[in-house]
Amino acid sequence: MSSYAILLGRQRHVFDDLKAVMAAASPEKSGDRLAGIGADTNERRVAARYLLADIPLRTFLEEPLIPYEVDEVTRLILDSHDAAAFAPVAHMTVGQFRDWLLSYECTTAALSALAPGLTPEMVAAVSKIMRNHDLIVVAAKTSVVTGFRTTIGLKGRLSSRLQPNHPTDDPEGVAGSTLDGLTYGVGDAVIGINPAGDNLDACMRLMELFDRLRQRFDIPMQSCVLTHVTTSIKAVEAGAPLDLVFQSIAGTEAANRGFGVDLNVLREGREAALSLKRGTVGDNVMYLETGQGSALSADAHHGVDEQTVEARAYAVARHLKPLIVNTVVGFIGPEYLYDAKQIIRAGLEDHFCGKLLGVPMGVDVCYTNHAEADQDDMDNLMFLLASAGVNFLIAVPGADDVMLNYQSLSYHDIVSLRHSFGRPPAPEFEAWLHRMDLLDGEGRLAPQASSVARRLIDYRPDFRASA
Amino acid sequence: MSNPIDLDPFARFRAVTRARIGLGRAGDSLPIRAVLDFQLAHARARDAVHGHVDFSAMAERIGATQSVIRLKSRAADRPTYLARPDLGRRVDPAALMLVEKGDWDVAFVIADGLSAAAVEAHAEIVLSACLRRLGDLKVAPVILGEQARVAFGDEVGETLGARMVVVLIGERPGLSVPDSLGAYLTFSPKVGRRDSERNCLSNIHADGLAHETAADKIVWLIREALRLGLTGVDLKEDMGGAAALPSAL
Repeated sequence: MSSYAILLGRQRHVFDDLKAVMAAASPEKSGDRLAGIGADTNERRVAARYLLADIPLRTFLEEPLIPYEVDEVTRLILDSHDAAAFAPVAHMTVGQFRDWLLSYECTTAALSALAPGLTPEMVAAVSKIMRNHDLIVVAAKTSVVTGFRTTIGLKGRLSSRLQPNHPTDDPEGVAGSTLDGLTYGVGDAVIGINPAGDNLDACMRLMELFDRLRQRFDIPMQSCVLTHVTTSIKAVEAGAPLDLVFQSIAGTEAANRGFGVDLNVLREGREAALSLKRGTVGDNVMYLETGQGSALSADAHHGVDEQTVEARAYAVARHLKPLIVNTVVGFIGPEYLYDAKQIIRAGLEDHFCGKLLGVPMGVDVCYTNHAEADQDDMDNLMFLLASAGVNFLIAVPGADDVMLNYQSLSYHDIVSLRHSFGRPPAPEFEAWLHRMDLLDGEGRLAPQASSVARRLIDYRPDFRASA
Repeated sequence: MSNPIDLDPFARFRAVTRARIGLGRAGDSLPIRAVLDFQLAHARARDAVHGHVDFSAMAERIGATQSVIRLKSRAADRPTYLARPDLGRRVDPAALMLVEKGDWDVAFVIADGLSAAAVEAHAEIVLSACLRRLGDLKVAPVILGEQARVAFGDEVGETLGARMVVVLIGERPGLSVPDSLGAYLTFSPKVGRRDSERNCLSNIHADGLAHETAADKIVWLIREALRLGLTGVDLKEDMGGAAALPSAL
């Protein structure tokens, strides 16, 4: 392990190792301060960036930030690295790579071909010397397309997760939030509920509820009950109509263990969902969530900064060929991302890093009530992410999640972004909205009091046990 | 003018969910009333997080019948408290000198946590309801903890020499409830206790767990914990209503 040093004026800045340079180069995050690894002066942060810009990309293959021997995520990253795909940028430093990403030569096709040759540490490193502008324009050049019953990530489209959470999983309450969202054309990425508990029967009842709704109106959609992967595997074994397997994941083996998973059980979850063959336009069967700070909160970060650990989670995600992945960027709390500036920056970093690695990235644009942020800040982030070509965004009724007690985007926000950017939902779902007369030729929605909307809203699900 | 309730397509859902459904639209956007309702709820939640508990007045009121000790955490102010949970879990060393070791069955800590509104509204009522039910136990002086998190009680309880500690603390406010109080019980408190070694009652507020019911449950847990010599995942609160530990505290 070598140390790094730079002289700026009369001040010499010394860093013990590569991960110290990475941590100090990171934009200010309360979580890195909490971990005691963030830059303690503004000058030191820029000093680390000068050093980082001159470090060759291949250094990250030669000097793992978390040792190969102790961490299966590091082993996955290095063992699956595609040297041929890496070849076009193998000679570059981090700084040269940043300039190349912004160049005209760096096209969508070039980025898609490059993705298997990049490691999380490389994309995290380059993101640290990129301004928000750079993160947006480069991400907008990427394309990551996946499919199950809808096709997500196509250029010129914006998909959304409909999140009908309810504090007690009351089926009528869940139905109310779901039907409301469908009349806004929300839910083409997934109808995904965080259940109040991990109870298998309760989760299976929710899967039934969504599957009956899907069949009743012939909706091209997928649903997901966001329970632990082991519960989903049991649901598959019990014959539940499961579309997607969900799991929260992180960027180190130890942090994943804190979530009660490892790579093997994640692969088992994927196999279980694949065995049902329920997809029609694709076989991406996983839904994964991540978020900066999760490894630190489990004391499993190995002294690596929270943004780099987050990027490593995308290597885990990439391995599982997911339909959708999102960072829950402002959910984890102000001890990791203090205010709107940090949340917005992290949202753009996560989206950029995920997309560059070939992950179908979405974002839960959100905040808690003890963070220094409000809905105006979420407006900013959602417009920035739409500019960056985000695959999907999460929406809840009126932006208020009454079960998890935090704020996300509203159904209205999705409608507004689609209208402002001229980005309809996934093509299969858009065609369904037209068939239902919920959407007119100019992308305008039918009012909820209209008879076409009432057809949906007046649906009364049968809550009794499955036939 | 027509009655808007009659026109509400979501009327049948209103009784079973507080979700903000069927809000209507102004173009693509939320109607002004929905925008302001949301802003009011968020404003109350923010005020709860950033509000100050008047611990001086509280110390006087409680001090009329009980011994009271006021302590501070190592987090000097609210921004530090929010960014550095590690500091909110430890007691200011200078203040800790005021605490003497004794022979106590249980110690109560009132901590501001993330909702001053919750502590102001519910903490003293729940405390006195508990004390009325615990006449046979040796109860330590009541500790008032400023800028304090749940684990603050571990160091306090350890210093007092209490067999267990109960922390009454303001929970992270949601939009629907800005003043929810939580109660965290820890047997054999000492610095470094894990969250899995505690029991928790949450949602003590006007629309949630009532004060007297909360006191019944807390006292039941205290007696069971002292009898079994433990708290945490192995002590099941079978009176109903026990919740998972919110990690944000």
